Amino acid sequence: MMGWQALFYKEILRFWKVSFQTVAAPVLTSLLYLLIFGHVMADRVKVYDTVSYSAFLVPGLVMMSVLQNAFANSSSSLIQSKIMGNLVFILLAPLNHWSWFVAYVASSVVRGLAVGSGVLIVTVLFTDISAVAPLWILVFALLGATMLGALGLIAGLWSEKFDQMAAFQNFVIMPMTFLSGVFYSIHSLPPFWQTLSHLNPFFYMIDGFRYGFFGASDVSPWLSLGLVSAALVVVSSVALSLLKSGYKIRS
Amino acid sequence: MSAISFQSVTKTFQTPKGPLTALDGVSFDIQEGEFFGLLGPNGAGKTTLISILAGLAKASSGSIKVNGIDVQGEPLKTRKLLGIVPQELVFDPFFTVKEALKFQSGYFGVSNNAQWIDELLVGLGLSDKANSNMRQLSGGMKRRVLVAQALVHKPPVIVLDEPTAGVDVELRQTLWHFIDRLNKAGHTVLLTTHYLEEAEALCQRIAMLKTGRVVALDKTSELLKAASSNVLRFKLDAPLPDELAKVARVTGRIVQLPAHNAEQIEAYLGSIRLAGLVAEDVEIRKADLEDVFIEVMGESS
Repeated sequence: MMGWQALFYKEILRFWKVSFQTVAAPVLTSLLYLLIFGHVMADRVKVYDTVSYSAFLVPGLVMMSVLQNAFANSSSSLIQSKIMGNLVFILLAPLNHWSWFVAYVASSVVRGLAVGSGVLIVTVLFTDISAVAPLWILVFALLGATMLGALGLIAGLWSEKFDQMAAFQNFVIMPMTFLSGVFYSIHSLPPFWQTLSHLNPFFYMIDGFRYGFFGASDVSPWLSLGLVSAALVVVSSVALSLLKSGYKIRS
Repeated sequence: MSAISFQSVTKTFQTPKGPLTALDGVSFDIQEGEFFGLLGPNGAGKTTLISILAGLAKASSGSIKVNGIDVQGEPLKTRKLLGIVPQELVFDPFFTVKEALKFQSGYFGVSNNAQWIDELLVGLGLSDKANSNMRQLSGGMKRRVLVAQALVHKPPVIVLDEPTAGVDVELRQTLWHFIDRLNKAGHTVLLTTHYLEEAEALCQRIAMLKTGRVVALDKTSELLKAASSNVLRFKLDAPLPDELAKVARVTGRIVQLPAHNAEQIEAYLGSIRLAGLVAEDVEIRKADLEDVFIEVMGESS
């Protein structure tokens, strides 16, 4: 077994042992969003001609769950290990920055996809939805989860206390996910907010993901693919260089 | 080749009050197979030195080599050679003892070592806790797991940073028995401890650190020889006369005075009598490492 595999497996087991909290709870939350928003807004929002609001909402909720849980996994694991002091076990091991990166990010992808699949399975029971282009769905889910896993890694390295982590989550991740078109099409927004949304990489993740279900989207899935990939390269490079320099973990 | 070679290791921390020198040109070598003691009061720099050795911190200047390999240049190689027991009692609350040991093996690229893990569990008295969650263990048991975690990859160099701080007699016995066995099997051991009788009993050579400098470095037997050869020990219920208080080590009622010859002992007892005091349980014993330690730390201040 290679070092990174052991760390990857440890990270998987860590969230799986508390799966009620890490997988079941976010699935329930998304279901509540669907039932409440889907019911209240069903007659008021019409995005695409052939798509009901509930059906429109489902991919957004699935992707939001993927993103938030991928972020939560790497970030909470790192901050907990830092505060408990048990990060030392990994620091003492002969693992290079790539091993850390692959293990933390891949396990976050697994959690993100696990929760996302859970949300999809449950919500499909309440809506009529089909997948036009499943490959796009998979590609955007993977890219999004990887990017958020890497962002979680950065947040986990940067934070020294739980409240700094909470600040990162509440002031960066939450606004970016909510302002990305989970609950609405950005065409329904005033021009200023539309422009702002176009600067948000999360928008392209959700838009591209949604394309896989409906074959229709706000921008071309190829443009989304390009921009999301570029954002992923930037975020991963930052995470890798922080790991390589031992930022806030080696003095 | 030395197992560990410290060469002019210096570490300066930036603090709000200005730079603080934690290590100031520390140089010494530990030979392969040696049981080596690193002693010093709190804040002397022992843990900082071990952190640099382990790659948890970087030296401001100087270098450390493990089996000839530079810890800063090729950290992944040196970490494989080292088994480090950290001083803080840390654990991962998600896992059982056995899981923790398997993961730690995995990080070092070691698998199929179930037999060695069982040996560690038996040797450290952890067999019946193998499937217990880390959270359920007592402090002493957690300490044993820390030792086991450091040894999963059979490192040729074992570093123990105050492994017996705050642990009961039974664990100390188990632990020393086990480490001694590994040392006899060829593993090099570097130990820091506050229990000087342990260092005296176990370590072939000793370095003493004070405020980041090496103030003594010799074979344990030579250090003992060089110190005042005898100690006059007695119990006293009243305060000591001033001239004795200056040189005495007092622990509650117990008074210990360094003595080089019979005249000195006579003089000590004379002052006690003159002050109208009565010394009880008077005895003369050989100086131990604690006496040496106090003398060295006193001289260098």
